[in-house]
Order: sequence, then structure tokens, then C-alpha cells
Amino acid sequence: MAIIVLNDKCKGCKLCVKACPFDAIDMVGKLAVINEKCTACNQCIPVCKFKAIEKTESEDGPVDFSEYKNVWVYAEQRKGKLLNVALELIGEGRRLSREISDESQVCALIVGNSVEHLAKECFEYGADKVYLIEDPLLENYTTDGYTKVIVDGIKKHKPEIVLYGATHIGRDLAPRVAARLNTGLTADCTRLDIKVSSYIDYAIKNTTLNVSSLDPNSDDKGLKQTRPAFGGNLMATIICPKTRPQMSTVRPGVMQKRERIEGASGELVKVKPNITKSDIRTDVIDIVKSAKEIVSLTDADIICSGGRGLGDPSGFELIKKLADKVGGVVGSSRAAVDAGWIDHSHQVGQTGTTVKPKIYFACGISGAIQHLAGMQTSDIIVAINKDPEAPIFEVADYGIVGDLYKIIPQIIEEWDNAEALYDAFTK
Amino acid sequence: MAFRIIVCAKQVPDTNEIKIDPVKKTLIREGVPSILNHDDANALEEALKIKDQYPDTHITVLSMGPPQAKDMLMECLAMGADEGVLVSDRAVGGSDTWATSNALAAAILKLGSFDILFAGRQAIDGDTAQVGPQIAEKLDLPQVTYVTEFSIDKNMKDITVKRAMEDGYELIKIKTPCMLTAIKELNKPRYMSINGIFGLKDKEVKVWNAKDIEVDLATVGLDASPTNVYRSFTPVPKGKGKIIEADTEKELAQKLLINLKAKHVI
Repeated sequence: MAIIVLNDKCKGCKLCVKACPFDAIDMVGKLAVINEKCTACNQCIPVCKFKAIEKTESEDGPVDFSEYKNVWVYAEQRKGKLLNVALELIGEGRRLSREISDESQVCALIVGNSVEHLAKECFEYGADKVYLIEDPLLENYTTDGYTKVIVDGIKKHKPEIVLYGATHIGRDLAPRVAARLNTGLTADCTRLDIKVSSYIDYAIKNTTLNVSSLDPNSDDKGLKQTRPAFGGNLMATIICPKTRPQMSTVRPGVMQKRERIEGASGELVKVKPNITKSDIRTDVIDIVKSAKEIVSLTDADIICSGGRGLGDPSGFELIKKLADKVGGVVGSSRAAVDAGWIDHSHQVGQTGTTVKPKIYFACGISGAIQHLAGMQTSDIIVAINKDPEAPIFEVADYGIVGDLYKIIPQIIEEWDNAEALYDAFTK
Repeated sequence: MAFRIIVCAKQVPDTNEIKIDPVKKTLIREGVPSILNHDDANALEEALKIKDQYPDTHITVLSMGPPQAKDMLMECLAMGADEGVLVSDRAVGGSDTWATSNALAAAILKLGSFDILFAGRQAIDGDTAQVGPQIAEKLDLPQVTYVTEFSIDKNMKDITVKRAMEDGYELIKIKTPCMLTAIKELNKPRYMSINGIFGLKDKEVKVWNAKDIEVDLATVGLDASPTNVYRSFTPVPKGKGKIIEADTEKELAQKLLINLKAKHVI
């Protein structure tokens, strides 16, 4: 498989050169030539007005995957408590498993020591089956220990799909497991689809993608894994056509948990791990919960974020005052974190936290795509920025062009009067 | 024998500088600078700090990419690394993380024995954080990712690191040889030094092709990669809302609050 330029059709117009995100097309005389930076992302194909660019398909025949069944979710627990993302993934895994077939099941994989009690919670949130791997050596997460027992479990039971939360642990574990199984892994997914028809529905509603080349009746049941790429400037849908299982890490806060059904149950399968102390080459000597303020951006109803437009780190004092007034938490753009003005734990965006609060105040944030990727599904976005051309205004429900140092104090002052102001306005 | 460190680094476009053409909805890439990936700069800095303390340390910076990535490796040399190696070959182009790790693991085997393999946690153009752990897997090395603090015992074997967690950290002991991935909190990368720049005449960036690293060609490149791009597109901005206008800041604030109240969000 590769992107190729049909030399007899190429007119040397350079449209493809401009469209390529990866700088992978050179002009040699009047011909476009694909260089080694090409990732076959397909961006160039639709922009060519002369149909001079094509993607050649791989010559490998279809591979038989009939042995691989069910959707597995790594139900990450820490200190005997399931993470929220585990429940979100059970919900999503259930949806995907039903898209695959009526017989397909969603299975939660719990790894730890004395964690059997978590199986009930997994069933109540929608798991059909729970695989439980317990051993004293698995008390705390270790890359070596968890990779070994999970790889053994996958080899034995052959799931078709394995989903992990894109947590600090999931992103340490999943690449190791994928490399050992020699299968593909897609990082930080924000959308998953099985049926082509579901993918088309999603694409029409949420993207600029031309779906005319997709067949809604296709029997392709491969996992379509959509993720932000290139700092969120591009969305890419990734497939894993030649190997199984198909594996993804999924951003916390993106997928939906199901309603908890008290008393729901399912099949519990205890897997005896084959693990010894010498398998684990790291020694976790302490696990420390940070004393620093825990920023719960994902649960916040209101987020007040500051960016480079604050001018200097002291601007976050004003943002904090606003947050205190409105009962919100402080967020930030990557630019402000990179400048060292505020801790990374406050960062919203593609490389920070994905949020969807009721109100998102973006103060002095220009709206880099990577930031928008993490907050544009907020219910209401309020943008305050000096620059009327700032991209943040493209996504804001309410924009105020002006000096945030003058406007925010007024919002703070008037906040408690909102009801009265509204009444006066509507009368 | 000298203490040997290999740092994996990537040249990336500065994705913060990329904008979308509002009309054509395509990326505007012109004028976007190529830089040493941020987390990789932290990985290199930690290696350089070890070398500051133990001058006998030898640091190789390894990268994979197009020939232009040599510039970034020269920068690493001017910061104080001893040797730069660039794996560059059309045959490894288009590799996903699995295939990339096969190529880099082959290059590392070619480089010979080492004590620490450092990498950045992730690159800002892909944000996958997968290549570091996958190289470690191919080389059967223990790993710690998200490293924020590092110390090594005088015996040059026992390492203690802090690993960032979402709500705190883990303190982990690990022995050489091992793979560690760095994040921003680990240190503050130094700049190139004048002496470093002058010293470049005695240093070189080696460029290796697929044959040089003796990698199985069936495990690298676009065709070998287990993951492929199915479709790609630019995200759609949410519809533009309204710009609130008024003569004073107070009125602006009041109008905003009236609107929020009308939407029942406050």
C-alpha cells in the first residue's frame, strides 16, 4: 500500500504539496513526487483536481480472524477502586460488541490482588463477562507484571478488540502488550466505530469528510479508531486490518458509561496467572498521592481557563478569582503551561484533559486547534480576547473582544446580580 | 568502560504554530518551524546532566526521519551529545509505532551495549507515547515512563525515579540497562553552547539506511505497519456564536450574564 502520483495526469499545480500535513510531497520539475515522510494519510487525494494521486492497496489477501471474538476492556483499578474510564469503556465496549454481532460480548479484564469485589461493579455497568487475574505480585501496577499476565490472557482467549483507558498506566501498558503481540495500537482515541454505516453517520454530523467513497452496506466489521493527530490539527481514523486483536487507548471522559443496573451479573472467569518475582524488573517503593490541589477538570461544571494572552503568570490570580466567584476550577492552555505559568494538571486540550463543562471561559486563549480539541464540546463557551481574529471566536457561543483585565473584574462584580439583570432585561 | 546513554529524539513540526485556512479548511504549514521534540529535549538534558557529573559518559542521540532531521541532531551535538545517528531510508518511511520501534531497536542493537536508553514520553506531532515502550519491548528492557525525577547510585547500576501519575507519583527502583521516558517536569533543557557549536567540527551525524541497521524489511515501513490510516479530515469548528458588543466593560459583563441566564446555565 502506498500513495502514488500518476505522472501522466500530474500537471504540477502543487495543490497537493500545500495540502500535505507532513511535508511529504516534493516538486521535481513539474511533477509531484512523494517522499519518505508520507504516512498515507490521504489528505492529498481529494485535493488533486486531475485525479493524479491514488492509493494502492496492499496485495495481501484477507486474513482469517474467525478465532478472535469479543471486546475486552482493561478495567483499570488502583488500590482496589475502578477508575471512571474503566466504566466508560465497558459502556463503549458494549455498544461496539453489539455492532459486531448479537453473540459478541463485552468482557472486563481486572488485574490486581484481592480485587474480586470489582467484578460486581463491572457487571452492573454492562459487562457480560469478567476475566479476573489475581496474584499478590500484581498488588501494584508494574509494566513487566501486568504486561505478562495480560498478554497470556489475550493469547489464550483471543479477543477481537482490547480497549484501555489512556491513563498514565494505560499508556505505559498498552504499547508493551501490542509490541509483544505484534499487533497494532491506536493512541488516545476519541471515537470508535464498527459498522461503516455508523462511521458515515458520525462523519456526516461531525466532520468535513467526504463520505461518498464509503459503502454503508459494507460488511467490514473492523474497528475504526478516530483520534486527533498532528496536535489536533487533523483527525485521523486508523484501522488495523492485518492483525488481531485490534487495540486502542481511549481518552478518559470521552465515552459514555451506561446507567448502573443494581444486581446485574454475568460470568466470572478466574484466570490463574503464571508469574514469578523475577518477571518483574522494577520495584515500586512508594505511591504518593499529591498534596497539591487536585484539579478535577473532568467533573467541573464551570472551567475558567487562561492562556498566553494573560501576559504573565500573575494573570492566573485573576482567573482564580473568577473561578472562586463562579464556583469553577482553573484551566489553562498548553501555551501557558509551556511558559511555566501554571502546572500541567490544569491543562485542557489534546495533550491535557478533555473537558465538557456547562460553561467554559476562555480568557486570553487564542484557540490553537490542540486546545479546541479538548474543550469544544463544552455546553457554552465564552471567549474573552483582545484579538478579534483569534480562532477561539470560531467556537465561542459568546465572544467579548477586549481587555480581559478590565472585563473579568466586571464579570466578578456583576455575577451575583445576574438574576436581577436578567429580570430587568426581560421585563 | 564509559557509561553509555542512547537518547531517542524526533524532529517535529511545531504544532503550536500550525493554523487552519478558514476558507479551505486545510492546514497552513508554510512557515512552521521544525524543532527538537519537547519531551526529547528533556530526555537529552537528563543524559547531559549525568555527563556533567560523570564526564566519562558517552551520549548518542538516535533519530529516524528524513535527511533534514540531521539539523536537529547537530543541535543535540551542540548541546553536548557526543554522537548523532539518523536512520533515514524510504524503506522505513510511513512506519507506524510498531514498525518505527522495529527500526529503532535494530539501530540500537547496531550501536552496541548501553546503560540507559532515554526517550521523550511522546512527540507533539503524533502524541502516541508508544514508540518508547515498544522499543523497550523489542529489546526486552525494563521501562519507566513519565519520569519526573532521576537519580543514579555511584555504582552506576541502581536508578531511582519518580513517575508522574494523574494524582501524584510513584517512586520506582530500576537497574541498568533500562528505558526511561521523560516529561517536561524532569528538567529544563539547556541551550546550545558556544563551545558546543565550535566543537561540532569534531563531531558527526552518521546517516544509516535500512541495510546499515540490518533490519528485517518485512517489519518496517508503511506496508509492514499493523495500523493504517483509513480516512483523515480536519475537525469542524463548532458554529460561530455571537460577539457581545457594548460601550463599557461593565455593560459587556452584564450582557454576557443576561445571555448565560437566558440559557439557564447559571
